Amino acid sequence: MSTVYKIKKGLDIKLLGEAEKTIVDLNAKRYAIKPPDFIGCFPKMLVKEGDKVKTGSPVFYDKYRDNIQFTSPVSGTILEIKRGAKRKLLEVVIESDGKGESVDFGSADVGTTDRDALIEILLKSGVWPVLRQRPYSTIAHPKDNPKAIFISAFDTAPLAPDFDLIVHGQGEAFQTGLDVLSKLTTGKVHLNIDDANTVSKVFLNSRNVEINHFSGPHPASNVSVHVSRIDPLNKGEVIWYLGAQEVLTIGKLFLTGKYDPARIIALTGSEVLKPRYYKTFIGARITNMVSGNISDSKCRYISGNVLTGEKIERDGFVRFYDSMVTIIPEGDNFEFFGWLSPGFNKFSFSGTFPSKLFPNKKYRLDTNINGGNRAFVMTGKLEKVFPFDIYPMQLIKAILVEDIDLMENLGIYEIEEEDFALCEVIDTSKTNIQEIVRNGLDLMRQEMS
Amino acid sequence: MKALRNLLDKQKPHFLKGGKFEKFRAAFDSVETLLYVPDKVTSKGAHIRDAVDMKRTMIVVFIALLPSLIFGMWNIGNNHFLSYGEAHGFWANFLYGLFKMLPIIIVTYGVGLGLEILFAQIRGHEVSEGFFVTGLLIPLIVPPEIPLWQLAIAVAFAVIFGKEVFGGSGMNILNPALLARAFLFFAYPGDISGDKVWIADKADAYSGATPLGDAMVGDFSRFTPDAALDMFMGFMPGSNGETSTLMVLLGGILLVATGIGNWRIILTVFAGGYVMGLLFNMWGANEYMNLPAHYHLVMGGFAFGAIYMATDPVTAAQTKKGMYIYGFLIGMVSILIRVFNPAYPEGVMLAILLMNVFAPLIDHYVIEANIKRRLKRLKLATK
Repeated sequence: MSTVYKIKKGLDIKLLGEAEKTIVDLNAKRYAIKPPDFIGCFPKMLVKEGDKVKTGSPVFYDKYRDNIQFTSPVSGTILEIKRGAKRKLLEVVIESDGKGESVDFGSADVGTTDRDALIEILLKSGVWPVLRQRPYSTIAHPKDNPKAIFISAFDTAPLAPDFDLIVHGQGEAFQTGLDVLSKLTTGKVHLNIDDANTVSKVFLNSRNVEINHFSGPHPASNVSVHVSRIDPLNKGEVIWYLGAQEVLTIGKLFLTGKYDPARIIALTGSEVLKPRYYKTFIGARITNMVSGNISDSKCRYISGNVLTGEKIERDGFVRFYDSMVTIIPEGDNFEFFGWLSPGFNKFSFSGTFPSKLFPNKKYRLDTNINGGNRAFVMTGKLEKVFPFDIYPMQLIKAILVEDIDLMENLGIYEIEEEDFALCEVIDTSKTNIQEIVRNGLDLMRQEMS
Repeated sequence: MKALRNLLDKQKPHFLKGGKFEKFRAAFDSVETLLYVPDKVTSKGAHIRDAVDMKRTMIVVFIALLPSLIFGMWNIGNNHFLSYGEAHGFWANFLYGLFKMLPIIIVTYGVGLGLEILFAQIRGHEVSEGFFVTGLLIPLIVPPEIPLWQLAIAVAFAVIFGKEVFGGSGMNILNPALLARAFLFFAYPGDISGDKVWIADKADAYSGATPLGDAMVGDFSRFTPDAALDMFMGFMPGSNGETSTLMVLLGGILLVATGIGNWRIILTVFAGGYVMGLLFNMWGANEYMNLPAHYHLVMGGFAFGAIYMATDPVTAAQTKKGMYIYGFLIGMVSILIRVFNPAYPEGVMLAILLMNVFAPLIDHYVIEANIKRRLKRLKLATK
């Protein structure tokens, strides 16, 4: 039995540079685990530069939850431990030796192994961090019993990869992953798919889960949207969530006994000459994707999508949870009377540009802010791309004044910074709304712990 | 274009902190951002941003005001010549009005923008575009014969006490344009009411009363059945730009189509006014109450207020439900003041200012309802 949830509010930003449906091998030489990808994690190193590691060898652990450890995605040598200001750990770079040696964690029969033993294996192998929780999007706490687990098996963000293609032919690993997940919660495991576009048998034939169909514009694939429609999160409750590729990693761990951090990464964006999919491992360096494959303009390299991704260098690494890399032009140029020009090539959610008349047009958008920072003047607009029973502007203001009670009352537990990404895009005042929301969530996390 | 950019780039250091013209940074900044969309790129959060900014938003409102502005100029000329029993062509009327209105517009912008730049400089902000529209709204809602010195004081009052003391555009509680008009109304009532001020340089013998003025003193001779159409078209004396409901509606269509003006507020203001008119019809205690309700919608500044003033996103209610309540009450209170209050022929200005004050309260209760819903869900879950 399945239900279709229709999301009405939102916005699909159509960009040029969607990935072709071909998969090639990336053959990246270097990989990195980046502690900043894990919210609230205080890394403690377990290796030194020059140490040899196998796939699955521990690299660092979380100081405050020391059973959560992070393991190497490849076998090879620790090349560099990069630190930033105040010695903050930024990246652990590993050079692959191509041998593909793995630590054996021993395969286990999911049906007969109990919950604690499953968790033990997940923790030891470094697979555990694929499980995150709401509120706050931190790595799930092994001691919690989540009221449900949510899997988003589609992505509505601009240029998002096609998960049907990514999981193709991996039905067994996916189902094993789901079987593990269903033992981790006393509640339900929700597999959320795109009502119109998800056709893969891997998803549709899944057992042991509740399949929910979603339709509508972005952010229809966001976890918060699914939670809000299926099983709203109240104060004090916890749900866990993960993506489709991460379910595969869990499944393969129990099928083979080895940590298999394989990832298929979509390379997209208007500046990519040949946008397509690459087969690699978690944290791969993008150099091999981009060299000779990028237009001549000055570019912004993004791990993730244009809404929530992170700027990385041309020789940077894909983030832990990302399934795509986007490359768009930088917009660091002045535009003469830009605000006055008719602007047929400019994207706007407001009706102030004629491009609104061509809803199917695809754009080559750059990173220019397109204006200056102002106070909030245009009210009542953010709500149009924010499909929650929450007042976004009022919540943002509550965060800005750090009113804990008000933030809680206005529903801060139910949302995440990514849910405000579209608000941030369409905002006339050019405020960095996601940053504000993140600060609010961090504040709540500190106050509540 | 390259030369201009080079010139700006060359001069820019002088206006930055430590430069010799540091005190004029805000002024330089306003010129630069007017000529060029800045080269700033996203550094945090979403990497792409909507092409719309405050300038684009304001220019659309500005364009929406042009029909009213052009018609208003023509109307000033037309009424002036009519009072002498003359009839002239479009251009003669228009040019007469143009020369009447230009000083008003120049004084408004001069005083307002000057103060905005000054405050931006003191605060170290960029100059906000808020006054771009306010500066055109004010000339449209004052009589053609407004003394310029009074206007200058009113604009200064509105900008400083209506906006800047609260922190600038976006922080104000009252609509600055209406505040300027309210200031004139209470400080210099003789120059903004009565039947002398609505026609520029009028012949003495000619009556220059507006429909509202007539109605207030109980003269209903002009409210013939087809007078409503005349009022809708706007061929009558009044404030510079508000007489033609048709032109105001044209602008309103643009505002709603571009999503800048909120249709919920516009619709409910009209609905509120109409319902109040109908209620008075049912009561029918005097001749004014018996005036068919639709007259109220085309007389005076009702339509102009509904479309350009009530919808100000800063001072209006900001929640959907709140907008309905806010708009409806503006409509009702406007007509209530018109019919009941002997001192104020027009009620829209005061109704909107009053509801500006109440808008945060309305929103507060709408948001409280949301909070209660959430708490109720929590209670159910923990049971």
